Formats: sequence, structure tokens, C-alpha cells
Amino acid sequence: MSTGNLSTLLVWAAATAFTIALVAYAVDLARIADRAGRRSAVAAAGRAQVADDAAVADDRADVEAQDRVAVGAGVGASAAGAASGGARVAADVGARPGSPTTSAIAGSSAQAAAGRSAKAEGIARSTTYLGIALLLAGIVLRGVAAGRWPTANMYEFTLVGVFVATTALAIVQRRRVIAFLGVVVMAFAVLALVLALNKLYVQAEATQPALKSYWLVIHVGVAITATGIFTVGFAAAVLQVMRDARETGRSHLVTPWRSVDGLRRALTGWRITGRRFGWLDQVPTARDLEALSFRLNAVGFVLWTFTLIAGSIWAEHAWGRYWGWDPKEIGTFVAWVVYAAYLHARTTRGWTGRKAAYFVYVGYAVVLMNFTVINLVVTGKHSYSGI
Amino acid sequence: MARYRPEGLQDAFAETDRTSAAQTETVPPADATAAPSEPLAPSAPVAVPAIGFVGWLRWAWRQLTSMRVALLLLMLLAVAAVPGAVLPQRAQDPAKVATYLSNHPTSGPWLDRLQMFNVYSSFWFSAIYLLLFVSLVGCILPRTKVHLGGVRGRPPRTPRRLDRFPAQGGGTSTEPPEQVATAAAAHLRRGWAWLPFVRTYRVDVHDEGAGTWSVSAERGYLRETGNLLFHLALVGLLVSIASGQMLHYRGQAIVVQGHGFANAVTEYDTFEQGTLFRASTLVPFTLSLDGLDSRFDSTTLEARDFTAHVTLTNPGARPEQKTIKVNHPLDAGGAHVYLQGNGYAPQIDVTDASGKLAFSGSVPFLPQDNVYTSKGVVKVPDVSGTQDQVGLVGFLLPTAQKLPIGAYRSIDPQPKDPLLVLSVWHGNLGLDTGVPQNVYELDEARMKQSVDASGQPVTLYLKPGQTVQLPDGLGAVTFHGLDRYAALDLRHDPTLGWVLVFAICALAGLAASLFAPRRRLFVRAVPGADGGPTVVTAAGLARGDDVGLQGELDRTLEAVLGQGPAAGPPPAAPPAAGRQTPQPAARPAPARAPRPVARPGARTAARRDGRPDAAPDARPRPGERT
Ligand code: HEM
Repeated sequence: MSTGNLSTLLVWAAATAFTIALVAYAVDLARIADRAGRRSAVAAAGRAQVADDAAVADDRADVEAQDRVAVGAGVGASAAGAASGGARVAADVGARPGSPTTSAIAGSSAQAAAGRSAKAEGIARSTTYLGIALLLAGIVLRGVAAGRWPTANMYEFTLVGVFVATTALAIVQRRRVIAFLGVVVMAFAVLALVLALNKLYVQAEATQPALKSYWLVIHVGVAITATGIFTVGFAAAVLQVMRDARETGRSHLVTPWRSVDGLRRALTGWRITGRRFGWLDQVPTARDLEALSFRLNAVGFVLWTFTLIAGSIWAEHAWGRYWGWDPKEIGTFVAWVVYAAYLHARTTRGWTGRKAAYFVYVGYAVVLMNFTVINLVVTGKHSYSGI
Repeated sequence: MARYRPEGLQDAFAETDRTSAAQTETVPPADATAAPSEPLAPSAPVAVPAIGFVGWLRWAWRQLTSMRVALLLLMLLAVAAVPGAVLPQRAQDPAKVATYLSNHPTSGPWLDRLQMFNVYSSFWFSAIYLLLFVSLVGCILPRTKVHLGGVRGRPPRTPRRLDRFPAQGGGTSTEPPEQVATAAAAHLRRGWAWLPFVRTYRVDVHDEGAGTWSVSAERGYLRETGNLLFHLALVGLLVSIASGQMLHYRGQAIVVQGHGFANAVTEYDTFEQGTLFRASTLVPFTLSLDGLDSRFDSTTLEARDFTAHVTLTNPGARPEQKTIKVNHPLDAGGAHVYLQGNGYAPQIDVTDASGKLAFSGSVPFLPQDNVYTSKGVVKVPDVSGTQDQVGLVGFLLPTAQKLPIGAYRSIDPQPKDPLLVLSVWHGNLGLDTGVPQNVYELDEARMKQSVDASGQPVTLYLKPGQTVQLPDGLGAVTFHGLDRYAALDLRHDPTLGWVLVFAICALAGLAASLFAPRRRLFVRAVPGADGGPTVVTAAGLARGDDVGLQGELDRTLEAVLGQGPAAGPPPAAPPAAGRQTPQPAARPAPARAPRPVARPGARTAARRDGRPDAAPDARPRPGERT
């Protein structure tokens, strides 16, 4: 078997490992959700009526109760006396969205979600590691087969991007598993790998002269890394907004929708404040998730800035101008400006929290479009997908 | 105002600054870190008539330099940049714009009026980024001034209450308060383990009277420095790029193997320059093409490598052999010379009807595909007598293969079996009409194509070395062989270095402003009631999200208390032990004696401590105005 084929096989194996990890994370998440659901069901059983609104209030009471438990557990015996005070402070801090808090993302096992499945988490973690190792081997062999750095076309870009995203996930989950984050990133990883294998695959070979440069390693490598990190930052921002909606009891499925209220009623089971999303109580607070998302996006942004600069330097060498508003350059610029706006939003009064997360959505959407639409649909100097 | 900050900026630091500054001036408020007072509200519309013209200007300026407007302008800039990726742009591809306009006869002209085909030089795009940069300068310059003033500033006083800070800690110590405070100061002054002589924190020790001592410490001036550097570098970048636009030139020249060209405006096929560029400053070097190597993948036929071998002669210097490759431009006369393209130039001779040599030379043909099927035109104006001028139009196939239908196609980019396929035109080439002509196209307006007896256009096929008679008795054409040519692109931009320097400054500033932690730590030691152990409380504040804050506070406490916190919360200020604030780990080590203070810094602090605390703080605070 040729090295190139072996590489492809390894990538398939990595996709399989990630699929198992995805299932394991999903099982873990289901357990947590189940447990949360049962608990609120027990609480609800005491009530005479289970009207919609009552159920909402109910769930929220449940949230608070759990918060208190979590706080007590986190502080440990030494401060048990101060636990209720601590809960007050935590609630206080949560209520003032702008106020600075230390974040406890790094967390300890004491904060682990109630009802989680240790076995599923173990499987998820080890298959994640296995998948990362297989993927790395696949990427290395791909580079060997082509006789160059393996970041020259969309197929290779996707492989390395998935590698970075899953590695970032493994680092974030190192001490504490956030099942939902695992589900999101793994689903993305599996989807991207399978798409890459089926739709973006090109034979491993040497590149056109314009790509023959060490900048292929620096510029493209850093761009992929930034994309991978933005992916995890984006997942955290999604989770942040969901958790925030649950914390504040904000659900569009509670207030009537003008013309399509039937649809709303059909969906009430899925309201974010309802039982189905009980597992959200187990993820870090919206405030902590925002902090996590910010840290990832800040790292991603610095790398993206570097990508932009390195790309310009390379363009000056290869194309004879450092900036020419090529479609890819425009996409990169727009994403950069959106993430810069995100950083400003985070320091602007009234634009933190949920609103800042929306900037992440836009920014990440631009990053993805810049990779997919610009490469495949628009023609420009970056049309190097080989498809 | 303690510190300039743009309208609408949310910053825990600026907010405590304000309150602590207030504290030194007036009676300390009960809650030093109470919810921030509202920002200096822009004059409400009701008050507008009273503020007059200058007031209006000031109001507008404040709006423009506010964080909200910066945010808005950034988002606008992102949105405004998008059409350029969707619609063809004149600057990049004028031909595509023309096609678009003819395909969209109704919407096209409207889009054109809105400058949608010149997005990046349009008035609206320029307006957005110019406003953004005005806003940036208006916001950054005052901050820079304040920051420069604050470089030698001291940390703020320890606030009265430490229980509202995001990071908390506390414990008791058997040492007297003064010793605790000096120990804490010594610990914070230590500097980095890997950079021993650089202090991490600026530390002040305060004697608060009644036996109470406190320490306030601040670090992270680098963060603000980085932020300012970043924003100022952006301005530098914009200025450099704009100057580059004015000072640059760019020229294109096609150079056939064995020929050369001199660096003068007239020698270029196309030449474009900035408004401030003077053609007289061109360095008159000469460059000739000795040869051109190309390599292709043997199966996919994709290009793998191009190398142009050139001889560069700088004025007054000996000729030098150089190479130019893609990604490896040549530096000549302050310009970069790029290999932008290459192709074949068949050597062609044309004799006219009278047998006189009417044309002789290598004619560059432009490659159309990856097997170098190349298109070209031979224009023969200098025919003798009254004979019609001749135009030959056709294709060069580097490796020709005959198809069953009789036509030929190229199957390899390398010249393994070249074939020239030409059709013949005669008439008036239109070269003296005064209208500049494209050398790669034939103006057929006054020309007639030669046809054979059956009315079919005549096609000539030539292999190297062959001579073929032209139809209609126009003469003969000879194909001698193939030369290579290189399409060279010369560009001179004196601001490149500046662009790079500012870009690197921006990156470095950005990294510092995002990753250098900015923190304030406060430790207060109060004598225990009835001669009991000293009660120590500590608090920390950071700018932005800072995971390391609590850890740093805990380490400081650990270093000061040694034996860990005593059981039970201190009476004065119960530590708000949220789950984010674990107590410092208990250590088996015995209570440490206070460290001997041997640092000069500590001595300064001790002297400062001598001042009675009740006296108003006379030192100017950073940025404080009186
Ligand atoms: C070309 C436009 C601009 C770009 C690309 C830009 C970019 C950035 C970036 C990337 C940061 C992140 C660094 C950090 O969070 O510390 C930042 C921070 C900041 N920017 Fe800008 N900026 C621009 C314009 C402005 C303007 C017009 C203002 C003032 C109104 C401004 C005020 C600030 C402030 C105050 C911070 C620091 C926030 C903090 O305290 O952390 N920026 N900027």
C-alpha cells in the first residue's frame, strides 16, 4: 500500500474514533439530561397543576438549588459555613453581567455534572486521544507522500483544522468534561473529516510553484490553527447563550407567537428553560463560558492577525503586492474586523454577555465562508483546492 | 477624572480608579467599589440649545470617539467590505466588470453609480475607515498621554472594603500587622523567577493608623502599553499604505530570451505610478533574459517550477547573473522584479510578394491553458510597394497531436513537437490610426481573411524550419524555431519596510494587550481583638477575564501567612468564599518569621509609611487633573 493510501486509511480510522467519542459524549450528555429531567419531574410532582409557566419557574428553582449544592461542594469543608454567603456572592456576580469575576473553568472534579457517566466520559476521552493520534499520523504520512508540508489544498487544510480543533477540545476537557462541548466539536470533526474524504480529496502530490514556500507552513499552518481554535470558541459561545437563556429564564417558546402559535406550542417541550435542557444546569455558568470563549477567541484572533500579516508578506513575494483585495483577502479581512469588533464589544458597556456572543457567531460564520464559499465558488488567487 | 477613557468603555480598573481617587479627595464612601456611577452622560438633547455650536462640536467629538461608535464603525467596515468579494472589481478585473455590466443592463449602471465596482476606493468605504481612524486617534491620543504620565504612577490606596472584589482571601497570623504587611510587600516585589531584576508589581505599604497596615500592589502597565501600541501601529499602517500608493510604480514587460530591456518608462508594456512618483528617479539598470527553465508534473502536467536566468547590469557595475522564480523576486534598482508569467515566442520571418524580408523576429504567444496552447498575432506592416499589409493570427501548439477529425491539439506544455497553426489576413492593419492597439489582437475592421477556392479560410501549418507560401500571393512565412519569454513585473514601493514594521508592532502590541495580565492586589492586616492573632484580608482585581488572579492572591497569602488560614472566617470581613475562592491550602510548615527586608524598594516604602495616613494624599495620581 502506498504511503498516500495509508494516510487516507488512517484518516478514516480517526473519523471512526471520533464517531465513537461523539456517541460517548452524547451518552454522557443524555445521562446528565436524564438525571436533570428526573429531578425536576420529582420536584414538579408536588404541584397540583403543571401549567407551562409554573414548569418554567419550577425549573429555575431547580437551577438555583443546584447552584447552591455545587458551590458548597466546590468550597469544601473549610468554608462550609460560608457556603450560603458564597452562593449569594455568586448570584450577585451573576446578576451584574459586567462585573468581573474569576472564572473557574479549569475547575475541579468536584464540579463535575451530576448524573454524568464516568464510563462514557472515559471512553470519550480515550477515543478522542486515539483519534487525534491517528489523525496526526495520517497528516504526517500525507506530507511524506506529497513530499512537502501537508497544508496545500482544502483536503489537507480540513485534516489539520480538525486536528487543531480536537486537540483544543482535549486541552479544554483535560480536567473537566463538558459533554455538550464534546458533542459539538466531535460532530463538527466527524462531519468535516467525512466531507473532506468524500468531497475534497485530491491525490497527494507536489504543488504549483506559487505554493512552494516556507510560508505555506507558517501562513497556512497558523490560519488552520486559528480556525480550529475559533471553532471551540464558537462552541463555547453557543453553550454560553443557551446557558444564559436558561439562567435568566428567557425562552421565546413561552410568549405567544403572533401567527404561528400552533408551531410554538408543538415546540414547547424544547424550550430552553424546560426539562429537556436540564443538562444545561451542569455546564459552567454563562459567565464562565463567556470567559472561556473569550480566551479562545483572543488566542484565535492573535493567530488570525498573524495569518493576515504572514499572508501579506507571502503575497508580496509571490504575487508582487501585499494586498490586492482578492476574495480570500477580503474574507480574511472581514473576519478580522468582526473579531476586533467582538473584542471591543466585550469592553463596551451594554454589549457584553449574550450580545458579545453574537459577534462570535458572525465572526465564525465569516471564517467558515472564507474557507468554503470563497475557495469553491468565487475564483481568485486562492483557488488552490484542486477541485 | 482619574484616567481618560472613551465614552462607554467598561473597565473595572477605570471605575475603581475613579472611586479611589474620590476617596483620597473626600470622605471615603462606605463602599469603595460600589456599582460604577453612570458615565459622564452626553448632554441630553433637551440641553442642546444651551450648549451652542462649540458644545455641539464637543458633543459630536465625544460621540465619535466613544466605544459604541467605534464598535458601530467596525461592524460597518466589515459589512462594507463584503460587496467587493461578491461583485467583480475594476481594480482587479476590468474585463469582468464590463461583462457584468453588459449582462445586467438595468441594475449594472445603478451599482456602478454606487461605486459597487470600485468598493475599496469608493467614497462610502473611505468615509467609514477614515471616520474609524479619526475616532481611533481621538480615543487613543489622550489615553497615550495619560498612560505616559502614569508610567511612574503608584498603585491606588487600599480600599476600605475588600469584600466586593472578584478574588478574595484571608486568614490570621501571629505576626504583628506591620510585619505581615512588609512580608506581603516583599513577596509581591520579588519579580519574576526567570527575570529576577524586573519587578512584577509596584507595591505601596500604608500605615492606616490604629495599628492597621495594608499593602496595595499593581502590575500590568504592559497591557495598556500594548493596547496603545497596537492602535497607534494601525494608524502608522494606514499612513504607510497611503504613502505607498503615492510613491510606488509598477511596470510590466515581456522579455524574449536573448533580449533585454532598460528600466525606463518607455520600455514597459504597461506602466502605472503614484501621484508623487517621479519617472526621473528610475534607476537605469538593464536586464536581459538568458534562458527560462520550466518543469511540469509528468502525469498531471501541472506546473512545478519556473526559473528565469537573467543578466542584471546596474549603472556603472559589471553584469551579474541572477535567477528569478515565483516566490523569489529579484531586487534591482530599488524595485522587486517578479516572474509573473512565461511562454513561447516563435521566431518568424515573413517575406513579401517581392521577396523582400518584411518581418523577422520572435513573437510572444500568450498561453491559454495548462498545455500552453498559445495565441498570438504577427503584424507585418512594412511590405513593399502597394501590397496589402499582412496579419497572421493563430495558435502555437508546443506538442501537437492530430485528432481524428483533422484538427490538432497540444498534449504537453514542453516543446516536444511544436506546430504553428495560422490563418492569414490582409488589408490595413490600422497601425497609423493613432489609436493604441493591443499587440496580441488583430484589428480586423479593415482586413480581409484569405480563403481558398471553396471559400474556406486558409489555414497554414508550420513545423520548425518550414517555409510556407502565403495565399493570394502575399509572400511567404518561415517558422525557424521557438524562443522562451518571461513576463516580468517590476514594482517599487519605498514604504514596504514601514508597513512591515507597523504590522509587527501591531501584532506585538495586540499580544501584550490581550495576554499580559493587569492586576491589583490588596492585603490588609488588622490587629486582633484582645491581643488575638492578626486578621489578614486580601482582595484582587483584574482587567478582563483573568484565570490566574485568585491563584496569585492565594500564593501571596500563603507566603505571608505560611501556616495557612486559621479556622473560621476573620471577624472583621468574612471572606466571601464563593466557589471561585478556595482558601489557601493549609501548609504543615511552621509560622514563618517575617522575612528580613533587604531591598531598597522596601526601604522607600517604609519611609513612605511614616507619613500620617490622615494627611490628604498630595501625590498627583496618574492622569488626575486639578
Ligand atoms: C481600526 C480600528 C480598530 C481596530 C482594528 C481595533 C482593534 C482592537 C483590538 C484587536 C483590541 C483588543 C485588544 C484588547 O482587547 O485589549 C482593541 C482594544 C481596544 N480598543 Fe480598539 N480598534 C480599533 C479602533 C478603536 C477605536 C476607534 C477606539 C476608541 C473609541 C478603540 C478603543 C479600544 C480600547 C479602549 C481597547 C481596550 C479595551 C480594553 O480595555 O481591554 N479602538 N482594539
